Amino acid sequence: MENQLINEFKKIVGDQYVLTSKEELLCYSYDATPGYSHMPDVVISPGNTEEVSKVLALANREKIPVYPRGSGTNLSAGTVPMQGGIVLLMTRFQNLIEIDAANLVAVAEPGVIVSVLNKAVEEFGLIYPPDPGTVATATLGGTVSENAGGLRGLKYGVSKHYVMGLEVVLADGRVMNCGGKNVKDVAGYDLTKLFTGSEGTLGVITKIIVKLVPAPETRKAMMGIFSNLDNAGSAISAIIANKVIPATLEIMDNATIRTVEDYAHVGLPVNAEAVLLIEVDGIPEVVEKEAAKVIEVLMANKADDIQVAKDAAQRDKIWAARRAALPALAKLRPTTFVEDATVPRSKVPDMIRAVNDAAAKHKVTIGTFGHAGDGNMHPTIVCDLRDKEEMERVYKAMNDIFGAAIALGGTLSGEHGIGLGKLPYMEDQFGAVGMSVMKAIKKALDPNCILNPGKLVGEC
Amino acid sequence: MSEDKQLLEDVQDAIANCMKCGNCMEVCPVYKELNVESQVARGKLALMEAVLTGNTEISANFDKRMAMCLSCKACADKCPCGVKADELILRGRQAAVKMRGLHPIKKNVFRLLSNRTLFDFTLRMAGLFGPLQMKKLPRRMAVMARFPIPGLDRKRVLAPFAATPLLSQYPTTVTVPNPKMKVAFFAGCTINYVYTDIGQSVINVLNANDVEVILPPMQHCCGTPVYMSGDVELAKAFAEHNIKTFTETKADYIVAACGSCAEAFKKEYPELFHNDKKLSEEAQQLAAKTYEISEFLTDVLHFRKDNLGTVDTAVTVHDPCHMARGLRITKQPREILNAIPGLNLVEMKEPARCCGAGGSFSLANYEISRKINDRKIADIKTTNTDTVATSCGSCRMHINDGLVQNNMNQDCLHVVQLLDKAYQAGSGKK
Repeated sequence: MENQLINEFKKIVGDQYVLTSKEELLCYSYDATPGYSHMPDVVISPGNTEEVSKVLALANREKIPVYPRGSGTNLSAGTVPMQGGIVLLMTRFQNLIEIDAANLVAVAEPGVIVSVLNKAVEEFGLIYPPDPGTVATATLGGTVSENAGGLRGLKYGVSKHYVMGLEVVLADGRVMNCGGKNVKDVAGYDLTKLFTGSEGTLGVITKIIVKLVPAPETRKAMMGIFSNLDNAGSAISAIIANKVIPATLEIMDNATIRTVEDYAHVGLPVNAEAVLLIEVDGIPEVVEKEAAKVIEVLMANKADDIQVAKDAAQRDKIWAARRAALPALAKLRPTTFVEDATVPRSKVPDMIRAVNDAAAKHKVTIGTFGHAGDGNMHPTIVCDLRDKEEMERVYKAMNDIFGAAIALGGTLSGEHGIGLGKLPYMEDQFGAVGMSVMKAIKKALDPNCILNPGKLVGEC
Repeated sequence: MSEDKQLLEDVQDAIANCMKCGNCMEVCPVYKELNVESQVARGKLALMEAVLTGNTEISANFDKRMAMCLSCKACADKCPCGVKADELILRGRQAAVKMRGLHPIKKNVFRLLSNRTLFDFTLRMAGLFGPLQMKKLPRRMAVMARFPIPGLDRKRVLAPFAATPLLSQYPTTVTVPNPKMKVAFFAGCTINYVYTDIGQSVINVLNANDVEVILPPMQHCCGTPVYMSGDVELAKAFAEHNIKTFTETKADYIVAACGSCAEAFKKEYPELFHNDKKLSEEAQQLAAKTYEISEFLTDVLHFRKDNLGTVDTAVTVHDPCHMARGLRITKQPREILNAIPGLNLVEMKEPARCCGAGGSFSLANYEISRKINDRKIADIKTTNTDTVATSCGSCRMHINDGLVQNNMNQDCLHVVQLLDKAYQAGSGKK
């Protein structure tokens, strides 16, 4: 990038917030997604909406790519600057502007870390439900842009169910506000939902209004062990069919169980085909009733063993097993791909079998765990990015996995977003018409294609 | 391949294990203040990776970024992949030293440090003439510079150099009537030349438990400061000297009153001499009988509790990084404090969060180091205690500075000093 331009950016945000040394740029050439990296030309860290607006106006005039970034913990290569240009670092936007307990709303800047928001609203007896695994590092802006979910998705949904309003800077620098604190708001196109999950391809979010919900008074965790995968699958559907919506309903397949047990020694049965981990939450009477129902369903579906947490320590033990899933798998090999193909919940056993077939066929190591209740699986492929031959097999296995998800009526992404990794399969899911609608939206809002170019809808 | 790059090549697989999840961002004290990716473990490992793939060189900028680490080990503790980023960053520094040489100031300091006699002489002189340069503050063991000193922040509060080093205050053997064992005390630079009060307490407490204390006069710096700066050769020279000196004492145990010094004996020395079987064996034998003082008092000595007097004070504990994450010693200091009658232990929010000292880090980066410490001081404040107990001289100095800068009156002491007080208060009970 020309020095003159760099100087113009420095004038906008201040010298110290424009990084140009090679060592700094290298540190913004990646995110948490394996296999994608490219150096930006400059990293710019604006401090307010006006600065974002001026930076975008200048970038748009010069047609320089702009990649908005929070903590860079996403799993879709959503923040990797594949065409160079500007990494727009939003971490200085750290104000938690307002907690409005009367309206169950919080207003925050996008650089606020999600767990910081959660701690702040906890004092009011409230929660912000989306809780991705990176809740302690990810920014609110990043999670809203990627439409992040988490363990409580079955009952509480994903980020888009909580975003009520946004302040967005458009590609040409104009500032737009949409949505607000109204519970009922049907005026106009739902621009808030459009920008939520747009992965930084339509605008740069500078303020976020989110919905909060009352914290559950109590919770109860339990675990069902199955020697037969289909029985576990029937149990998942039967729990919901019995009108119990657990906050969390997780599954771990045999490969994951073995790996977790090997690593954490938490007493999991290594021969089980599946383990279900379930938590119901709410007011005590309902929690008791729902827990009893869940146990009944697990028994009716031939669970070989059922464990119910009697106190906080036992609850922690159950969840320790689930939390160990990713680290245990990740330690097996240098590179870890965590996918998030999602299917209707009745298809979970079929999906797990399809993943196992892909693993066997292409001789790759895959452990599957995930949010069974909402059908959101995490086939986790462990490999070594430096081994080209192995990587070919890995990418073939991925093709099979995403193909299977779509064939089962599923979706490419339950909570990580599309970015680059899943881009090749987008047309399989949306068809030519769906893709042309999305590209039309992209072009209308960002005619020069400067915002996170090449991602989500591909080149345009 | 050049030797400097070879140093990184050796750890290529370890670097590849970083899956770039960024969990280290949650716990890195430096990243929390600066919010820049190159200051967190993930970024530093990416830089090393870039050197290996030929995307960048070991430049001054590389060197600078590797230096921005407190070696607090919080990232390694948090890492889901088990990547020991703290050790890899040291490797990065070693490569930088090989390639570019040491920073000129460090070079001079280390040259002085490598000559034990000259080093000892210099620090003794500092103790004698220090008062000319440093003015005493009303609180215990606190001084401030009278005039600007290069490399030192003017308003920073330090501790005075001792007029007489600890090792000169005592005979080589401090014995008791019927000793049940012989323990060699590794004082370390901070306790020998600055916080002699900690050393005195160690000796008193061991004596009170019928232990004969040997103070090998030829002991030298443990080597951690030079090792952390990437100068492995010098670290090895120090290690060899100390291994010989302490093996000769034929003591039953070796005790240190500083997490980093104890860690050097217990973990680093045995790692340093892969190519020298004899030294390696001696290092391992020493490591097996080396203990940090609190660990020794509780786990080996089962210290006397029947003659403890009352110490009426409310205490909060700061766990030094190399105690909590290096040696995994956190229960033992609390066991000691809880045994003291009248002492009320109040835990702070994150007792094992780095205090920001990081050895020479705080000299080179005082402003950041102060910000990190201010968070610690704020945590101390909410406990409403009057004493901070810790197990490291460098933490003690930095926390004392923080207390003064934040206009607080608490005192910061080593755990063993409080136990010493309790024995003194109970001296009639014998």
